[in-house]
Amino acid sequence: MPRLAEHDIAAPGGAMVPRLFRLVERRQDTADTFTMMLEPTDTVPLKFIPGQFTMLSAFGVGEVPISVSGAADVDGPLQHTVRDVGPVTHALSRTAVGDVVGIRGPYGTGWNVGEGADRDVVLVAGGIGLAPLRPAMLEVLHHRQRYGRVVLLYGTRSPEDVLYADELTRWEKLGVEVLITVDYGTPSWGGRVGLVTSLIPRAGFHPRSTLALVCGPEIMMRFTATALIDRGVNPDNVRVSLERNMRCGVGLCGHCQYRELFVCLDGPVLAYAQVSDLLGTREL
Amino acid sequence: MRTIEQYLPDHPFFRELDPQALAILAGCAQNVSFAPGEFLFREGQAADQFYVVRRGRVALQTHSPAAGTMVVDTADAGDVVGWSWLVPPYRWLFDARAAERTGAVSFDGRCLRDKCEQDPQLGYELMKMVTQVMFGRLTAARVRLLDLYGTTQATSPAVSPLLSQARLTDARSTDAGATHAAPS
Amino acid sequence: MEDVRGMVLLLPGLQLLIDLLRERGWTVIGPTVREGVVVHAEIESVEQLPRGVGDVQDSGSYRLRQRGDEAVFRYAVGPQGWKSLLFPSRELLWSGQRTNEEMSVKPAEVDAPRLALLGVRSCDLHALQIHDAILAKRSAPDVAYVCRREDNFVIALTCSDPGGTCFCVSMGTGPTPDEGFDLRLTELIDQEGHRFLVQPGSDRGEEILDELTTRAVADEVLNAAKADRDAAQEVAATAVQRMGRSLDTDGLRDLLYANTEHPQWEDAASRCLACTNCTLVCPTCFCTSVEDVSDLSGSQTQRWRVWDSCFTNDFSYLHGGSVRSSVPSRYRQWATHKLASWVDQFGTSGCVGCGRCITWCPAAIDITAEVGAIRSGKG
Repeated sequence: MPRLAEHDIAAPGGAMVPRLFRLVERRQDTADTFTMMLEPTDTVPLKFIPGQFTMLSAFGVGEVPISVSGAADVDGPLQHTVRDVGPVTHALSRTAVGDVVGIRGPYGTGWNVGEGADRDVVLVAGGIGLAPLRPAMLEVLHHRQRYGRVVLLYGTRSPEDVLYADELTRWEKLGVEVLITVDYGTPSWGGRVGLVTSLIPRAGFHPRSTLALVCGPEIMMRFTATALIDRGVNPDNVRVSLERNMRCGVGLCGHCQYRELFVCLDGPVLAYAQVSDLLGTREL
Repeated sequence: MRTIEQYLPDHPFFRELDPQALAILAGCAQNVSFAPGEFLFREGQAADQFYVVRRGRVALQTHSPAAGTMVVDTADAGDVVGWSWLVPPYRWLFDARAAERTGAVSFDGRCLRDKCEQDPQLGYELMKMVTQVMFGRLTAARVRLLDLYGTTQATSPAVSPLLSQARLTDARSTDAGATHAAPS
Repeated sequence: MEDVRGMVLLLPGLQLLIDLLRERGWTVIGPTVREGVVVHAEIESVEQLPRGVGDVQDSGSYRLRQRGDEAVFRYAVGPQGWKSLLFPSRELLWSGQRTNEEMSVKPAEVDAPRLALLGVRSCDLHALQIHDAILAKRSAPDVAYVCRREDNFVIALTCSDPGGTCFCVSMGTGPTPDEGFDLRLTELIDQEGHRFLVQPGSDRGEEILDELTTRAVADEVLNAAKADRDAAQEVAATAVQRMGRSLDTDGLRDLLYANTEHPQWEDAASRCLACTNCTLVCPTCFCTSVEDVSDLSGSQTQRWRVWDSCFTNDFSYLHGGSVRSSVPSRYRQWATHKLASWVDQFGTSGCVGCGRCITWCPAAIDITAEVGAIRSGKG
């Protein structure tokens, strides 16, 4: 008779049953992006590391994977920055303060930005990709003296789509070089217009030992990784955060498979060197 | 404040040129500066300069009745602005406006074209430099065309989403995933 | 085949075994004929077994035939394995109840009858172990599967009549079950008569056999003679020679990883209907989706886990489109996962050589032929 291994089932029903979190505060960031602050109804805080995600449920509608966008290791509500792009995220955008949503997780691998200690750290964000990178930046700023130069390169669609604008200014004052560009703008913008990769030659960092964290649409991550490596960053030191369809978050449903990798278990954060061939394969 | 001859060799665009070639080009150049909001050139005008930005920022812009004025590119210190001097009919296709106080080296396009006709080797070197920058700009423009940060529902006056009609999925699809009723 | 002595059962002895298991609280599930197909259903009597039935299988083709003897297990596999018993196509995960702003979530109770599986062929036994590795032994187990698998009594079966699409020998998964069972049956039908060699594979199996021996009144249960064990070995050896298909697995993982753009994927896809039959009948496929259902007022919600297939258009949906929107990419995904990525993920191949995907494909696509074409270089 096959022996089944000891399994640790944290709650009856296992990993597929959500915990209940109440929306305690809500902030509209841009026209289609908003941030939820959530407190667990059972008062047990959700511990996560920067880069991880949870499966967020709008009851009766469905569930989606959303990266945690707040600081880890800090007391306070769980933060999720969400973009309204489909029925579930739309239902989440309509959730009122006081309502309850479901959360499973946290799942996945983290940025492990701590490995950038004594080195330069470059964060490259495309669009809403800034949200999963924010916890990594907050971790760096919490221990600023451990790191060398810290750079944020941020590209987004238009000036109206810039996330966390006030915070970016504060980060600059804390010793981060922040370079922003938009795909198009109006004259009142006054800032850079162009692709985020054009910021790479401009930023002040030493490529050889730099740890680079990249998050955004897959095409943007491919071009960015190439541009970083052209500047001399080691491909083993470039980390990307991948996305695939997820229905469970724990490696059981099979949807997030990326050849042999489960994006929910082996990712979402992966070394570019590990996935560069896969990124080049169409429809993988 | 360095002279043009002192400044150019350090500039990324001219780094590959030998000193004699640089001296010839410098003969077509002069320092210029622009106040914030001042136009370097306007759409439709004869295109007879190109600019190497020393400091500040130049915005490339165009306008439409509905969308107003849109900035499609910016050039910062070290960037080059203006290619229409190379290509007939030598007319600007966009406006260029200083987004802030801007200092640049301006090259007389006709003077440069004449020098390149006389000295094809110089012309070839210049073309190589120009092509490299244009290649980078074209790639960046193509990627921006994809409107990566847009969504299938987003509409933009300036940029249409690539993932639009051709990829609209059927009504079953949701961002949580479709229900798939499988027979038991 | 280990030389475990075991016992010999005549057909009434097999009935005794079924009765004993039922008495001990197990529901016995075994093969029976329904609508021209061998399926698995609850078995109370040996009369329900497919007596004298054989099958003829080929690409996209399955039919039963009359053997002209009394054998009850002498066919290959039917469309189902044991998957839908242990891993049903629809399973309630939890139900939620909303009152005003309060929500409460209740995990579903697992329906886990004690099952005795009668006639598990080696390919399907390997498939069970593969599902154990995926669904039970990783960091987040499928709780319902674990419950249903907990107390299975497994009566394995040495395959005697492999089918036209079988290739368990290529995959190293048969025809003789070697571990993971309580009892192993080998059906013998020769000049000595119609009987079953039963060999124990666990303490529990031994105990059941001992009890059977005690209960037998006449010749239903006999000691196994060396001749019986030799005959059983002969059955297995014959089966090895009768594989309908073969698959060269040497370096297969690297071969498929290196051929993502091979024209054979387009070729297979030109015939493939993306109907998902192959994933439905495959005993190792495990992909699922979730469905949220609620009543009109939104106060009652249920989340169901349902089978899914990588052949559907929505399977890889992401941001307004599917990553694998073309059928060639989906066929490539299924074959590469089954034969290559699975090895990196779980340490074994995902294919047990049961041949079901070949038999039940309406377009008669044969995975061994498709992969063979890539290996031989014939596009």
